[in-house]
Amino acid sequence: MKLEFAISGGDFSRAGIASSEVKKMLKKINVEPKIIKRVVVALYEAEVNVCAHAYKGNIFVEIDGTKIKIDIIDKGPGIENIDEAMKEGYSTASDAVREMGFGAGMGLSNMKKNADEMSLESKVDEGTKVTIINYLK
Amino acid sequence: MTIEKISQLINGNISGCTTNRDEYKVCFASDLMSDVLRIDTDNLILLTGLSNMQSIRTAEMADITCIILARNKKAAPEMVELAAENNITIIESAYSMFHIAGILFQNNIKPLF
Repeated sequence: MKLEFAISGGDFSRAGIASSEVKKMLKKINVEPKIIKRVVVALYEAEVNVCAHAYKGNIFVEIDGTKIKIDIIDKGPGIENIDEAMKEGYSTASDAVREMGFGAGMGLSNMKKNADEMSLESKVDEGTKVTIINYLK
Repeated sequence: MTIEKISQLINGNISGCTTNRDEYKVCFASDLMSDVLRIDTDNLILLTGLSNMQSIRTAEMADITCIILARNKKAAPEMVELAAENNITIIESAYSMFHIAGILFQNNIKPLF
């Protein structure tokens, strides 16, 4: 099963729509609630990150019998120092993002905490690709 | 504690899911949604001053079914609609977060840590 979503940078009113759809889909196929929560928390943080930092992005979701794999690919400024960005408390978010309740430097570490596997590639001035994998059993 | 009892204690106004029969024993107070997303406790009350779509979305993702909006923050119609769709109750109160936290603590609602 495959799903795809587009995200617009800066459009916070729509942040979370993809995560919500994925949550509904995982419920429909009877995935364990604790696993659903881990997947959607990681994905929601990723959606917020694209809204907060990138110009636009896409989410590609692939579900098979054993796992859910999600690629979040954005066009944006990229991440200069991935090691720093992964540290809790490190943030380059704007005041507007902080007013939305995010931007305290917890996003990437929350994603890592909730994903069974996570990888991150980024090119400055081009964009970022995050892959999260969660096993369904 | 039921949503009716919580609302009565903090002089609140209930919207969103008004038929919630859950019993709440624990509360977490934060305006920072990433902190909320780290919590893994069932039947938790989220006490926040953040009144926007992201507070409702955060509750949706974190399986939280009761949000108290402090400091007289009002839920916009689209927040109420999204909350109702996801069986989330919103309780608006004019009291500050500190005031609400104090009342709930006095009435045996526990902190997370």
